[in-house]
Amino acid sequence: MLVWLARRLAQVVPTLILLSVMIFGLQQLMPGDPALILAGEERGDPQVLAQIRAELWLDRPLHVQYLHWVGNVVTGDFGFSWRIREPVARLILQKLPVTFQLASMAFLIAVLIGVPMGILSATHRDRPADWLANGIALFGISMPNFWLGIMMILLFSVQLGWLPPSGYVPLTEDFWQSVSTTIMPAFVLGSGIAGVLMRHTRAAMLTALSQDYVRTARAKGLTERVVVWKHALRNALIPVVTLGTIEFGRLLAGAVLTEQIFTIPGFGKLIVDAVFNRDYPVVQGVVLATALIFVGLSLVADLLYMAINPRLRQA
Amino acid sequence: MTVPALTIENLSVEFATDRGSLRAVDGVSLSVAPGRTLAVVGESGSGKSVSALAVMGLLPGSARVGGHIALDGEDLLALPPEALRARRGGAMAMIFQEPMTSLNPAFTAGEQVAEALRVHRGLAPAAAFAEAVAMLERVRIPDAARRARQYPHQLSGGMRQRVMIAIALACRPRLLLADEPTTALDVTVQAQILALLGQLKRETGTAVVLITHDLGVVADHAEDVAVMYAGRVVERASAATLFARPEHPYTVGLLGAAPRLTGGEGRLASIEGTVPDMRNPPPGCRFAPRCPFAITRCVAEPPPLAEVAPGHMTACWRAPLAQVLGAA
Repeated sequence: MLVWLARRLAQVVPTLILLSVMIFGLQQLMPGDPALILAGEERGDPQVLAQIRAELWLDRPLHVQYLHWVGNVVTGDFGFSWRIREPVARLILQKLPVTFQLASMAFLIAVLIGVPMGILSATHRDRPADWLANGIALFGISMPNFWLGIMMILLFSVQLGWLPPSGYVPLTEDFWQSVSTTIMPAFVLGSGIAGVLMRHTRAAMLTALSQDYVRTARAKGLTERVVVWKHALRNALIPVVTLGTIEFGRLLAGAVLTEQIFTIPGFGKLIVDAVFNRDYPVVQGVVLATALIFVGLSLVADLLYMAINPRLRQA
Repeated sequence: MTVPALTIENLSVEFATDRGSLRAVDGVSLSVAPGRTLAVVGESGSGKSVSALAVMGLLPGSARVGGHIALDGEDLLALPPEALRARRGGAMAMIFQEPMTSLNPAFTAGEQVAEALRVHRGLAPAAAFAEAVAMLERVRIPDAARRARQYPHQLSGGMRQRVMIAIALACRPRLLLADEPTTALDVTVQAQILALLGQLKRETGTAVVLITHDLGVVADHAEDVAVMYAGRVVERASAATLFARPEHPYTVGLLGAAPRLTGGEGRLASIEGTVPDMRNPPPGCRFAPRCPFAITRCVAEPPPLAEVAPGHMTACWRAPLAQVLGAA
C-alpha cells in the first residue's frame, strides 16, 4: 500500500512539471502588457515602465522568469499579486474555503438527487418513473446556469423573500446565514451535475442488474431492495465515482458565471479578475492550485476504486 | 413411491417478443422424489433452463407462466411474490452454469454464503459467517477459513462453483436445481463437482434436478432422465432404461447410437437439420422435420407423452420403435 502510494505520487511529478510549463507559456501568449496596465496614468513615461519591468523581472529572458517562479513555488512561495500587493498564497487560502463550501454543497445536492434517481430509473426501466427521471435529468443538463440562477433569485428572493439574492457569509460566522447565502448557487451548480450523474448511474445500474451475480442474489432469496442497493449498486459505482470526482474538481476550479450572479467571492471571481488585470502571479498560482486539487482528487478516486472493487487492491 | 419434492404439471412459458409471442416451454410435466436426481437433457433452446427459472420464479416480467408447479405439495405459482422470495434460497435453490460470473466480485466468498444464512435462518452476521466457513468445508474447499475471506477473483473456477454449491445448500433446500453446473469447468473438475453434488444429495436427502446436454454426465449421476426437445418433454425413463432402450428417435439421435436392426429407414449417426423456430413451431411432432421415421400423422398431429413400458414414457406416434424397425 505504501509502495503503491509512493509510486502514485512519483507519477504526479512529471505531470506537474509539464503543467507549470504550460501555465507559464500560455500566459505569455495573452495579449496586453502588464507593465502598461500597472503603470496606469503614467503609462506614457518610459522610465516608469522600465522600472516596473525591472521590478517584476519582466525584462529577463523567459526561461529565467520561469525558473525564478518555479523555484519559488517549490519552496511554497507563490509570489505577490502585482495588483493587490498581497501574497498569492494568502489570496488562494482566502478564496478556497468559499469555493470549497459552495462546491461541496453543490456536489452533495447533485449526488443526493442524481444517484437515487438513476437507480430508480434503472429499476423502473421503460416505465413512467424512468421517463420522469430522464425528463428531469435532461432539464438539469440543458438549463443554462445563469438563467436558472436569475430565475431562482426572482422567485425565492424577489417574489417570496425567503433567501438573500446575493452576498456571502462565511460558515465560521453564522452557519444558517452561510447556508442561506450559498444554497441557491449550490443548487444551480448541482442541478446540471445531478442530471449527468443520473444518466451515468442509470447506465451503470442497467449493466449491473443484467449480470449473473444479480440472478444469484435473487436466487438466494434476497429482497429486491438488497439486490439493487447492495449487489448491483456496489458494482455500478465505479463509473459514477470517476465522473463524480471529475465533476467535483470542476466545481472547485471555480464556477465563474454562478459566482458572478450571486456575487460569491470565490475562486472563479479571483481568476477572472486576475486575468483581466494581467496579474500573472495570481493567474499562475490559481491555475497551479487547481491542478493540484485535480491531482489530489484523482488520488482520492483511485482509493475509492480500491474500496469498491477488491480486484484493484493487490498491486 | 414417496411424495415428490417437485411436481411440474403442464408447465408452459411464453415470452412476448417484437415478432410475436414465443412459447419456450409447452406442456412440460416432471417430478422428482427426495434424494433422487432427475437429469433434464436437451439442446440449448429446448426449454430446460427456462423451466428451472420458472420453478424459482426468476423469469423476467415479460414471461407468462401457465400450468402447475408444486414444491412439497405447495403450489408455487399461486404464492404471492414475497412468499415465493422466502422459498428461494431456503426451500429451493439453484446453481448456474457460469461460476466465473455468478458470484459478486465485490464481496468475499464467505459473505456471499453467509448472506443466505442470514436471510433464511436469521443468523447474526458473526454466526452466519462461522456457519458459512463450515459450509465451505462441507463442499471440500481446503483451508476454508482463509478462502472465506477471499474474493471470487482469487478463486479458481472449480472453487467458485463449490462456493455456489455452498450458497445453494447452506439452508438445506428440499430441491436443488443445477443448471449445467459443470459445463464451464475442466473435465477433471467436472467429475469432482458432480461427485460432490451426489454425496451432498445422499447426506441431505435433497431432490436434484440436473440440467445438462451431456449424456455422459447423466449416465453417472442421475437416476431418472427427461429428454426435452423444442419446449416439450419427448421421453422420460430411468437412466438405465433410457440408455438400454431409448424410444424416441431424438433420444436415439442424442445417444449417437444407430439402431442395430438394419432396415430401409436408414441409420442415425447424427441428427440432421436444426431446432425449429419457436415462434412458428411445426404443428405436429416438433421433431418430425428431422426424424428419419416420420410418417404423415407425425407432421399433422402432436403425439402425447404415453407409456411404452412401466415407468417409460415417450411422445412418439411410432413407438415402440423396435416394432417399426422390425417391420421394415
